[in-house]
Formats: sequence, C-alpha cells, structure tokens
Amino acid sequence: MVTIAELDAIKEKLKHQVALRKEAHAGTQIVVCMATCGIAAGARPVLRALSDMVQEKGIEDTSVTQCGCIGLCDLEPIVEVTTAKDGKVTYVKMTPEKAAEVIEKHIIGGEVVKEYTING
Amino acid sequence: MYRSHVLVCGGTGCTSSGSGAIIAKLEEELKKNGLEEEIEVVKTGCFGLCALGPIMIVYPEGAFYSMVKAEDIPEIVTEHLLKGRVVERLLYSETVTENGIKALSDTNFYRKQHRVALRNCGVINPENIDEYIAFDGYKALAKVLTEMTPEQVIDTVLASGLRGRGGGGFPTGKKWQLARNLVKDADQKYVCCNADEGDPGAFMDRSVLEGDPHVVIEAMAIAGYAIGATQGYIYVRAEYPIAVQRLQIAIKQAREYGLLGKNIFGLGFDFDLDIRLGAGAFVCGEETALMTSIEGNRGEPRPRPPFPAESGLFQKPTVLNNVETYANIPQIILNGAEWFASMGTEKSKGTKVFALGGKIHNTGLVEIPMGTTLREVIYEIGGGIPNGKQFKAAQTGGPSGGCIPAAHLDIPIDYDNLIAIGSMMGSGGLIVMDENNCMVDIAKFFLEFTVDESCGKCTPCRIGTKRLYEMLEKITSGNATLEDLDKMEKLCYYIKNNSLCGLGQTAPNPVLSTLRYFKDEYIAHVTEKKCPAGVCQDLLTYKIIDIKCKGCTACARGCPVGAITGTVKQPHVIDTDKCIKCGACMAKCKFGAIIKE
Repeated sequence: MVTIAELDAIKEKLKHQVALRKEAHAGTQIVVCMATCGIAAGARPVLRALSDMVQEKGIEDTSVTQCGCIGLCDLEPIVEVTTAKDGKVTYVKMTPEKAAEVIEKHIIGGEVVKEYTING
Repeated sequence: MYRSHVLVCGGTGCTSSGSGAIIAKLEEELKKNGLEEEIEVVKTGCFGLCALGPIMIVYPEGAFYSMVKAEDIPEIVTEHLLKGRVVERLLYSETVTENGIKALSDTNFYRKQHRVALRNCGVINPENIDEYIAFDGYKALAKVLTEMTPEQVIDTVLASGLRGRGGGGFPTGKKWQLARNLVKDADQKYVCCNADEGDPGAFMDRSVLEGDPHVVIEAMAIAGYAIGATQGYIYVRAEYPIAVQRLQIAIKQAREYGLLGKNIFGLGFDFDLDIRLGAGAFVCGEETALMTSIEGNRGEPRPRPPFPAESGLFQKPTVLNNVETYANIPQIILNGAEWFASMGTEKSKGTKVFALGGKIHNTGLVEIPMGTTLREVIYEIGGGIPNGKQFKAAQTGGPSGGCIPAAHLDIPIDYDNLIAIGSMMGSGGLIVMDENNCMVDIAKFFLEFTVDESCGKCTPCRIGTKRLYEMLEKITSGNATLEDLDKMEKLCYYIKNNSLCGLGQTAPNPVLSTLRYFKDEYIAHVTEKKCPAGVCQDLLTYKIIDIKCKGCTACARGCPVGAITGTVKQPHVIDTDKCIKCGACMAKCKFGAIIKE
C-alpha cells in the first residue's frame, strides 16, 4: 500500500524528468553543438552529462538542447550557456568533467568558468 | 536519465493513421544510433489535432511533427535527435516561424483552448501510474481523505458550478448530495461512470480514457468517499478497445499501489472499481438503461422517478456521471471551487470538450472555456471551412441535438444558450456543414440512427421514429405535400412528449431544428421537387452541357451502367432513364461539362 508520503516521493522523483515536457523554456538555456564535427570530437557524452545533471540536481527552468555546426569545428565540443545574468557564454573543448564543473559553478553558482570559455 | 522525450500520440485517431508503426520504427532507429538510453519514447493519449495525425512532439524543443510516416523516422532520429537539427519540412506548418519554432500553445488551434479535462492527454504515458502521480495524480484523493469531510467535498463540487458533461447538464454536486442524503440507511451505494459514448462523431470520453485513465479512477474514488460508496463500475463500450485496455492497466496499477481496494493510503477508506463492457447500444448511454445493462439485463430504460440517487444500480442509491465530468473533479478539489467557477458563463462553469468534425480544417478535439462563441471555435480554432465553401450550419448534441444556423454564430456556447436556440450541448459532438450539405438529408441521417437504436420498449419511440423517418424519405424522394410537413411537425411533438426515455424524447430534435431554421429547403423539396444542395439523389438529374463537352469520351468510359452515349469529339448525352446518379461521370469530366441539378 502506498502512503501519502510515498505518493509525494514518487512525484518528486519524476518531477524533474517530466519537466522536460514543459513548453517554452524562458530561463537558462544550455545548447550543445551536435553537428558531425561536434559528435566526432565527443559532444555526445557532454550532452548526456549536462542533461543528467540538470535533472538529477533538480535545476529548474533550464533546458538542454542541441544545435548544428557553428563554424568553429576545431574548438568542438562547444557548449553555449545563456543565462539572464551573463547572457551567452561559449565554452569550448568540453568534456563531461568540465561540463559538471560548469553546472556546479556557472548554472548553480552563477560564476562563469572563464578558463573553459572561448576567451579563456 | 533521458535528455529528450519523444511523445507519440497513441490515441485511436493516430493509431489508425499508423502511430504504432512509428513507435516501432523509432525504437529501432534509436537503438541503431545508440540513443535508446538518452531518449525516451512515450506513447501518450490524444493531442487533439487528429486531422494531422500521426502526431509526434519532441521535448525539450517542443518540436511538433505532424503526419509523420515511418519512412520519416530515420531522418528525424539522425537529424533531430542525434544532431539537434529540427526537420522543418515535417513540422506542423503553423508552428514554423522565421525565428524557429513557435510554441504549440501559440498556434491558432491551441491558443484559445484551455485544457482542464484533457490536461494530461498528450502529456503523460497513460500506462504508467507514476507519470500521472508526477502531474499531481491522486493528490486530490489524498486531500479529501485527510482534510475534508464528505459534506465538504460535496459543497466544493456544488460551489464549483460543475454540470454534467454527458449532455443533461444537471449540477454534479446536487447529484452527489442527493445520493448521500436521500436514503439514510442504505447498506450499499454505487458510483458509476458513463463511458458509453454513442453520439456519432463524439470522442471526448474515449480520449480521456485513452490519455488519462487514472483521472477517472481518482474522481470516482472521491465520489465514493463523498456519497459513502465502496464499489464503482465503469460502463464502457467494447468498441473502444484501446480505452478498455488502458483502463484495465490503470485499475491494475492503482490496485497494486493500494489506491483502489481496502484501506486506501492506510486511512480506512475502501473503494474498488470494475469495468463493464457495453455491446454498443446507443440507448445504454441513458442512465437507467445503462444500470439495467450493468445488472446483466437487456439494456432498456425504465421510468423515473425513482431517480438513481434514490434507487439506482441493484436498487441502491447510485451516482452516475460521465467521463468528462469526472475528469474535472480532481482539479476542482486541488484548485478550489472558485478557480473552476472563474471560468465560463454565469450558469455554465468551467470548460467543455468538443469533437470537431465535418466540413472543417482542424478535425479533432478541442477544450474551450464555456462562453466561447461558435465563430471562434469554427473559424479560429477549427481553421474554417475547406475549399472556400460557405458555412451553413453546425450540428451539436448528436442525434438528440439540433442545427445552429449562421445567424447564431456569435452566441456564447453554454448549456442554456444552446437550448434556447433549439439545440443542446449534448456530449460535445460538433459537426460543421457547408453549402453542399442538404439539411433534410442531415435530419434523415440522424433519424435513421435513432430508428436503428430505439430499444423498442415504448411505442412512441419505436413506431414514431420509424414513421418520422418514412416522412423524411417521402420528402427527399419528391413525393411529399406541404400537408406532410405539418403532419411531420405534429408527430415530432407527439414523440417528444410521450417517449419513455431521453432517446425518444430528443429523437425529433434534428427534424424540429432543421424545420425551424431551414424550412425553405424542405419546401424546395416538396414544391419544386429540387434539392438545393444537390444531395438528394431522387431529385437530381445529371446533364452534359453541349458547348463545354469536348467529346473526350472519359465520362462514357467511366459510367458503370452505360448511360452515356456519343461519338469522339462530339458532345455526349446522358440517358436519364439508365442513369443511376452515381456521379462517376462528373468526377471524370475534366472540362466541367457535367452538371447536376
């Protein structure tokens, strides 16, 4: 038998997953470049890590999507993060580990991880 | 965890246009590209835009793909799901703008809609109870069991102003109150759900059951708590196999979670549910016939009173509500009566789901606040009438309802306004007719349906509808006199006043309302022996216009009875004695030389 507390637990567990199905994400956007160049350079594990962390940590109002080639193929994998506070920040030569750091410091902490950006 | 969800409509509409094959192909392609752990495929209920099915929506982008074919899937997977490039040519054209994808809620079809009863349809996987719970499912049941007395539940439903969505429009809270209070010492009470949706063209109840079956289960448990019942029955037609299957899965899952059965939430409340399958008789949508059928007898109505609230199923106090009515209940409990009462008109609160059909672009399911005008529904949400034709009438309420002419397009839709103009809300079928529809023929169509579906228990309905149908046939075959029209109207009122149940009492409505608004069409059939819309075959003759005919012989070759003669490059002639008026010649002619009149 499910108790009310367990019902709430089920809801909490799934909440961040089904949050994907909300329309029009106005908040933070994380975009991973996933053209052939990006994929070849390892963009897929980066995308996976970003998407998992956003859901696991229950980060609200944040979407993780993909885009095509932006023309800087030698800097792939590229991740663009757009927040209200800092505007668009372009991270280059990303790895899942760097991605985790970006989530912690930039998305949650609000501090751009300068060393990984295109200007870093 | 999944980074993207692909929602594919698994409602009956999209299933019949091939969404099953799409899901299979999608899973195959995802596997091939190693994406099966990144992307979740969710089979949902109806999105509403059935005309554009099969429908598929990809989140987080919210890309809305319409009329998807299995051949398109590899492209969608490699381009969109792998590389993030939305396949624009497959998007619903309304959502494509210069700056990317427009949100679905901003399109004409969805903008004016407000989804309450359908809120989870096309959003959750109906076969997964956890997803329902994630969208506040069973929270309303928990709330009533922990925070509210049965009387408070009834008062909340009463205050919300919710009225029966099956057609009658009786206040739901009042029904519950009567079932709770009329018989004090009942040893058993029942909660029933009427899912015997029978109006031609109406499929909102099916869509709720297919897209969000748990909402009905939750609402029925709430009703059980409110009136003091421990057992419920859902009476659903066997012609709805997907709905029945999902209901069965939902009931099983709810039992496993202890949300049905003994001691729900450990709070001492017992409630369980069973499904009863209807064999498809229209009359079983009538409440007394429905309960007779659940009892295991032939589905025939009985006189009221006693009303079900006093003596219903197995002669016990019973609440019987329609699927859509139940679908509103958990939201009313969670958001409060005021929230619900803030939508709609003075006497009709909330929203209503309509099934748009007939001569309209966006065939499908729409949920609008009460008080929206017919013009908004047809021209904005529905996208207007195809092929530049003129609107003639909208039929609401199915075989029990009537036709609304163009003059009433701006009337706000609610229970009372529709009755005032000679139609009714009914269960929410809305069939649009254009200048090519003959109103006498429409009346005849609905009468044919009621003649077929009359159970035969009472004479006015059994014989009256048959005679009425014969009179309509006489008119459409050009054999009637003006006197017959008066006789027919008299018979209509006789049937209405003397039939036993709602089926007979409303069966003449299609005739009466077309007589009221389109009498000129009836008169044209009678006096001029002409069908102005060119539908009634007996009153038509096909002719070839000499000067337009090029003598290509296409019509003669297409005629199945050899009624067309003529030599090559010479005008042809139709032998009207042989002609069976099938229209094949007209379809073949490339020069518009064949007319019917």
